[in-house]
Amino acid sequence: MREEDEFELEPIEILELPLDAWHRDKGARMVEFAGYHMPIQYEGIMAEHIWTRENAGLFDVSHMGQLMLTGDGAAEALEALVPGDISALKEGKMRYSLLLAEDGGVLDDMMITAAPMGLYVVVNGAVKWDDMGYLREYLPDEITINNMEDRALLALQGPKAVDALKRVVPGVDALYFMEAGSFFWGPKTDPEPLWISRSGYTGEDGFEISVPATHAQKLADQLCAQPEVKPIGLGARDSLRLEAGLPLYGHDMNPELEPVEANAAFAISKRRRAQGGFAGSERILEALANGPARKLVGLSVDGKMPVREGAPIFAGDMQVGVITSGGFGPSVGAPIAMGYVDAGHNAVGTALAAEVRGKRVSITVANLPFVPHHYHRKGVNA
Amino acid sequence: MTRYFTEDHEWIDVDGDSATVGITQYAQGQLGDIVFAEVPAAGATLKKGGDAAVVESVKAASDVYAPVSGTVIDSNAALEGDPALVNSDPEGEGWFFKLTLSDISELNSLMDAAAYKAFVDGL
Repeated sequence: MREEDEFELEPIEILELPLDAWHRDKGARMVEFAGYHMPIQYEGIMAEHIWTRENAGLFDVSHMGQLMLTGDGAAEALEALVPGDISALKEGKMRYSLLLAEDGGVLDDMMITAAPMGLYVVVNGAVKWDDMGYLREYLPDEITINNMEDRALLALQGPKAVDALKRVVPGVDALYFMEAGSFFWGPKTDPEPLWISRSGYTGEDGFEISVPATHAQKLADQLCAQPEVKPIGLGARDSLRLEAGLPLYGHDMNPELEPVEANAAFAISKRRRAQGGFAGSERILEALANGPARKLVGLSVDGKMPVREGAPIFAGDMQVGVITSGGFGPSVGAPIAMGYVDAGHNAVGTALAAEVRGKRVSITVANLPFVPHHYHRKGVNA
Repeated sequence: MTRYFTEDHEWIDVDGDSATVGITQYAQGQLGDIVFAEVPAAGATLKKGGDAAVVESVKAASDVYAPVSGTVIDSNAALEGDPALVNSDPEGEGWFFKLTLSDISELNSLMDAAAYKAFVDGL
């Protein structure tokens, strides 16, 4: 690029979410994230985190991409790019999956649901435009990709989320974890259909609600009027997901790493393991058979000083990994982290050290999650 | 005793050639819940504007800079057990360290309370 061309580039505009004014009214501190102004916190990350673990938190995740893939053979076509058994998904069931580059590197992680219309796919906000371009390039022309920009996405998470939501949207308590469906909300004379799944990113029971952007504020107000519900910012979303051992794309996963390294082998369905035939399947199935060269693991941290993303991990004098997410776990009451550690050093219980500001901090490979999941699984809950 | 402020949101209480340093009410509000503070050891020499301490919230680590040059004579041991003191009383019990100043004239470049308030109001 010639230098003068650079000056002709327009500054990238930071976009507003449908609930932008609502967040500001609620006292949110707004930050830029994934190209949007987003609420990082309202009353404080620690309080919001604990509230969500004990009650119910409302998260605006409208920055995420909501895509609808339609057309005959959409599931089979998508299977060329993801390692999950998508064609076997029954209507109303969802699956966590990964968008794979040709070499098997992870381009994004996503939720894929078999909806009546087609495949409803929720992707990360920061890479949604790249995802859409990649899908358009690799999926056959007869598969339509609809970016549902006119919809907001709200997540209601926590042990009391079901009590609050079923008061506002009757019938949602019939869903189990990783199930989804359409539910009517509002006056019987003019009900609005909402697409609701029992899923989330906190490790708690909860729901994700796709709502027309025009109705998002009304729904958010109704939910926050429930005694169990408070609005929760991105800061607590990050500490909640870290305690739950859930990876954050762009940090704990990136295009250089394949799914087995990324501790997401569970997303490679049995049939796909046997048959292969997805992007990078040779590399990925090799890693499954022989073990990955490095792996994303949980790390407990000695003392009180957090270790953060980017800190190198050592076994003695040898660097064997790097921290990819680190912070303080409010429910754990101590610093926690995740990172990549080379084979031979990544078994649970292995004593390692992270380097922070020139000092060594003792860390230990730990079981994930740090805080047990409390999902409403079929056949498990009382 | 006179209190000065920096544009990086440190305060410094000066008494003769010694002083106490912490971060301001505004700074703690911006940082949010403090979970860890690392303070310099007695004997450490600090240079005006250089790294002096680290304060960590749930989300991120932030540097605390030395408002003036000098030698550390004491640091706040209470922060190790109760880093949230920086949130609850940033300009009192949540102080970070004390030092002897090596160049009192460096104080001339700092703000007084009124100037700092105007500075924060403009942010």
